[in-house]
Amino acid sequence: MRALVWHGTEDIRCDTVPDPKIEDDRDAIIKVTACAICGSDLHLYDHFMPGMEKGDVMGHEFMGEIVETGKGINGVLKKGERIVVPFTIICGECDQCKRGFFSVCERSNRNKDIADKAFGHTTAGLFGYTHLTGGYQGGQAEYVRVPFADKTHIKVPENLTDEQVLFLGDIFPTGWQAAVQADIQPTDTVAIWGAGPVGQMTLRSALLLGAKQVVCIDSVPERLEMARAGGAITIDNSQESTVERLNELTGGKGPEKCIDAVGMEAHSPRALEHAYDRVKQAVMLESDRASVLREMIYVCRPAGILSIPGVYGGLIDKVPMGALMNKGLTVRTGQTHVNRWTDDLVKRIDDGQIDPSFVITHRAKLEQGPEMYKTFRDKKDNCIKVVLRP
Amino acid sequence: MSEAMSQRYRSGFNNRSELPNYLVSDPRRRPDPVTRELAQGFGWFSIGLGLTELACGGAIARWLGMPRSAPVIRAYGVRELLQGVGILGASDPTPWISARVFGDALDIATVLPGLEGHNPHKDNVLIALVALAGVTAVDVICARNLAEAPLAPSEKVQRDYRRRSGFRRRAEAMRGAARGFKPPPDIIGPEAMRPWTLTNA
Ligand SMILES: [Zn+2]
Ligand SMILES: [Zn+2]
Repeated sequence: MRALVWHGTEDIRCDTVPDPKIEDDRDAIIKVTACAICGSDLHLYDHFMPGMEKGDVMGHEFMGEIVETGKGINGVLKKGERIVVPFTIICGECDQCKRGFFSVCERSNRNKDIADKAFGHTTAGLFGYTHLTGGYQGGQAEYVRVPFADKTHIKVPENLTDEQVLFLGDIFPTGWQAAVQADIQPTDTVAIWGAGPVGQMTLRSALLLGAKQVVCIDSVPERLEMARAGGAITIDNSQESTVERLNELTGGKGPEKCIDAVGMEAHSPRALEHAYDRVKQAVMLESDRASVLREMIYVCRPAGILSIPGVYGGLIDKVPMGALMNKGLTVRTGQTHVNRWTDDLVKRIDDGQIDPSFVITHRAKLEQGPEMYKTFRDKKDNCIKVVLRP
Repeated sequence: MSEAMSQRYRSGFNNRSELPNYLVSDPRRRPDPVTRELAQGFGWFSIGLGLTELACGGAIARWLGMPRSAPVIRAYGVRELLQGVGILGASDPTPWISARVFGDALDIATVLPGLEGHNPHKDNVLIALVALAGVTAVDVICARNLAEAPLAPSEKVQRDYRRRSGFRRRAEAMRGAARGFKPPPDIIGPEAMRPWTLTNA
């Protein structure tokens, strides 16, 4: 089969690789009908995230049709059935899964010992996302093996198109959880850093959940325009001071809720700070850049909440702990507990409350994947979200 | 809506990405100031060298002990002039600096035969080669830094995303549409733990 394969920094190729096979009774094989490139795939493309190996198949946002099931699926899924696959693999039986904390499933990461060492305790297995989280082959391919498929799936109504439901596997519930974690009240100003796909989903979720003001911070004009389309007030941080504007919008008090939809490759508009983080990252003194985090802690209203859906991989430097502690800020973060939200979100799409396909700006064939990675990373051609069809 | 959208994508792909980075001019490149000034310096250097080669091609050829190369050196002078104007005139000098690297290779290939045979000016040829090697090295560094420079975001929005709300109605009309959603207490914390302003609201 054809698949997008990781070969090294900025080197992703469309290769022919062996078809996946059923390896366990709870496996299913799906024929991918649509997949997407995610912002967090760029951390692998740029190789800021350790733990990739040559030959790994990329991709964790995908959906398709069941073509084969293991013996343990027991009629939960049938051949020909269409499912969206959540990016977190879940066993459905461990303590964490039972409590609905799916992204920290204790059994789905088959490289548990490596993750235990890196993070203290393992987190869930992820598709196409490093050997730290199981080294499972990803979904930017013609076929994928889905482990624990009897639990690791999202059923979707037939009347909705692939593009309407594809993002249920990652960015839509990720944006939703980010907003829900912020515990939005009708009096709240919610500031969201990053107007990429997750930021776009987050700001719409925050609006639906009834925030008084939703403010979105980025420097890419077309992304800001799409954020305004979704009802956000925008701040172009290459042109104006984020802190000043946010204080202006909140009568000097600061936003009650701050959301980091950027993660570890933040670009600080302050050249000196960016250079500092970039250099430390290059010499491995810190693995993640933290300019967004610093700004959120600084500008957030005391007793406010920071919600962090943006992906971090390792260590960061110069976190203003004094401000965080003395202002009594609450930090909520984590990979998305996808299946916890999807039943509700499917209904919202079906009811017409939101159509997540608004974010798609580029459609291409799987073979064009390598160049689409570059287009997406460099934000060329006004690219915001790429959907690939095998 | 999706019909019109997909049409826009089809026309949107460009094939320039097939060329390597260092041969493509992209005005969005933001090289660091040192590289930017180095490139400018090479622009003036090219013009100076080009004029010298044009005016003194014969003398240079004799100095190298290769008198028959005079017309070639004058031709290279024209090349240098063009490169110099290109570097100074372009909004992104990257392909022009890359051209300099190829030019350097050509220069070295032209001068190298001067080391063979009974050339009485071999010492001068050696001096020229060392100088060329030095310039080539700096050219390569400059070209690499330029090609790898980060891109600034597109200056203006070429595509219109103003209607991409994802909502069926105006965004303003959707505010609070999901207010009925009760965030799970195990995620947002028990009521009693929440800041007092919220419970009093
Ligand atoms: Zn993702
Ligand atoms: Zn589990």
